[in-house]
Amino acid sequence: MMHSILRSVIFLGALMAVPLAASAVDLTISCGAVGQERELCEQATSAWAKQTGHRVTITTPSNRTNERYFQYLVDLGAGDSRIDVYQIDIIWPGLLAKHLVDLKEYIPPEEIQRHFPAIVTNNMVDGRLVGMPWFTDAGVLYYRKDLLEKYGLPVPQDWSELADTALYIQLQERQTGGQPELWGYVFQGAAYEGLSCNALEWIASYGGGSLVGTDGTIKADNPQAIMAVARAASWIGTVAPPRVLSFNEEDARQSFQLGNAVFMRNWPYAWALLNGKDSPVAGKVGVGPLPKGGLKGSPASVLGGWQLAVSKYSKNPAIAAELVRYLTGEAVQKQRAITGSYAPTIVRLYDDPELAAAQPFLAVLRPILENAVARPSARVGDSYMAMTTYFWETVHAVLQGRGAAATSLSGLQDQLRLLKTRGGW
Amino acid sequence: MATATAELAERAPDPAAPAQKSQLTRSRVRAAWLFLTPMLILLAMVAGWPLLRTIWFSFTDANLSDLSGAKFIGFENYLAYNDGEWYGVLADSEWWNAVWNTLKFSVISVTLETVLGLVVALVLNASFPGRSLVRAAVLIPWAIPTIVSAKMWGWMMHDQFGILNHMLMSLGLISSPLAWTASPDLALTAVIMVDVWKTTPFMALLILAALQMLPTDCYEAARVDGIHPVRVFFKVTLPLIKPALMVAVIFRLLDALRIFDLIYVLTSNSKDTMSMSVYARQQLVDFQSVGYGSAASTLLFLTVGLCVVLYITFGRVRFDGR
Repeated sequence: MMHSILRSVIFLGALMAVPLAASAVDLTISCGAVGQERELCEQATSAWAKQTGHRVTITTPSNRTNERYFQYLVDLGAGDSRIDVYQIDIIWPGLLAKHLVDLKEYIPPEEIQRHFPAIVTNNMVDGRLVGMPWFTDAGVLYYRKDLLEKYGLPVPQDWSELADTALYIQLQERQTGGQPELWGYVFQGAAYEGLSCNALEWIASYGGGSLVGTDGTIKADNPQAIMAVARAASWIGTVAPPRVLSFNEEDARQSFQLGNAVFMRNWPYAWALLNGKDSPVAGKVGVGPLPKGGLKGSPASVLGGWQLAVSKYSKNPAIAAELVRYLTGEAVQKQRAITGSYAPTIVRLYDDPELAAAQPFLAVLRPILENAVARPSARVGDSYMAMTTYFWETVHAVLQGRGAAATSLSGLQDQLRLLKTRGGW
Repeated sequence: MATATAELAERAPDPAAPAQKSQLTRSRVRAAWLFLTPMLILLAMVAGWPLLRTIWFSFTDANLSDLSGAKFIGFENYLAYNDGEWYGVLADSEWWNAVWNTLKFSVISVTLETVLGLVVALVLNASFPGRSLVRAAVLIPWAIPTIVSAKMWGWMMHDQFGILNHMLMSLGLISSPLAWTASPDLALTAVIMVDVWKTTPFMALLILAALQMLPTDCYEAARVDGIHPVRVFFKVTLPLIKPALMVAVIFRLLDALRIFDLIYVLTSNSKDTMSMSVYARQQLVDFQSVGYGSAASTLLFLTVGLCVVLYITFGRVRFDGR
């Protein structure tokens, strides 16, 4: 009897809770699915949903950055209100700004100031903060500690040392180590934005600049750039598998994680997965800065990273901004750094002893992030997509062996000069 | 269709004749306009308006992310001179590469389709058991949507798992797998191959229709005189089906010049196969340069128009079928 009364009370209570729940809103967030992104996004958004009573749906865009950009552009260009929160690349704030709300209106300044100032500046367009930094990225070199130790070789300091080491281990392991599938080096070699990042790193490490000078002039064709691209072309088929020309981030990571490569260039997210429970190479992987371009060069990593932005066409911008504030906050960033090795954008997390103990990788990452090279997106504005497309097409053709680096880069120089005349940056 | 128009033309009074417009003629003209109007309005809306808008955009610096901020810049997207350098679509080597690719593709594929279509039509015109079944079967490639057939061929021509390489290798014709769609030497050939496979049935059907309307008396006379069949084909059949053949070729040519889907699905934005439409799309969508891309689209429209005018003038095509 008592039980049934209690039960009806609970039932009544549940009924009364219904009108409350009706004031809850439905939000949709577009989260990437590279590595553990999707899982972590689900965890964090459902925690927020539980806290606030709102509901969050996740959609997953393409894993190729440039394709993702078009999906966003099509939705935003049509004023589509289905997606409230977008995960946007570091090169997009300028391109998408007019479709995004100013987050300064919703997030207190002291919370914004906690993030790396360079990224916050990157996300400011005409005095409006169009994206909150979520995680930052820079290209890093992963290597097989166990194989280097086995052959008594040091971690390579420049690109030619990397190629030599890779070739030596590859030959030895194929002959005697019983690893006929092993290759020396994998990277992002498909014709897409990822190849532009890799190629910029090669060129910048040799002191060949980053396509555009600070004064806006085109600097694609120079001896250092030619040397860097030609050197990369010599890897294909010798230390890098021919398939690398269709690799994106996940293809490279899977190949390396299966133990089929000695070295890999990738973003920080790979670290957690490589050391995951079911990873064949767990504990055998080391990480460090990318090699220098020759003895006079310096290592160069391209700056990447993702922001969360609220669509201007969202029906609930204030609540969407709350979600962004929560996801980019300290607690979530710390969690993502520990479980997914996503590099935080909040400066003081790098001094957090608990995080440093759980993810020692961050100490390696910090100097690399601080010296990372930006892509010319901010300098050239709307012309960036055309510029990067011409760039990756040119490099891809050289890697395929369809033209020498010198003539191809001189062709690129002409193409970019025309683009500059047209785009007028 | 050509014959139907011809019949109409014969029945209708000659418009140049002295003005004896009867009540009947006038009401027929009125009825014609009445029936034509909905179609004209529809055409103006779905074809005329977008065309005019594209031409307008080609004179502006419109950007896909903000069409409202477009400014008029004259012919700058087409050709302009600044700082000792020509720029614009007409100064872009990639555009000329795309024009060249498109012309090569159109001429080769339409020629092959016409010849093969003629052969298929002649075979289907002969009477043999199961003819109607074969006629229907031949149409299958044409009935499959282009996207589907392009994807299908993309898989069949895959360099590692494709059945085409597998077959050629087991026959001993090639020693290592060919990268059909990725290799610069083969990509255009692959595209032409798929287009020929897909469109030959269309040509065959149009030619077959013409063949079936040929008078039989010429052939009977030829048989009585003991003329060789090959001679009969060149002296009787070909001249008689020429008007229909010319119309079929122009349909195909129009289609081939604006080829997009097949190339885009098979080889994406690759320079080796980039057609004018693929170039325009890349500028419009990938690079968001609506103005520049519209200029390319307008030039494509003009190129297609020019080809048709040249073809009609020099080929003496007559749409009235006489």
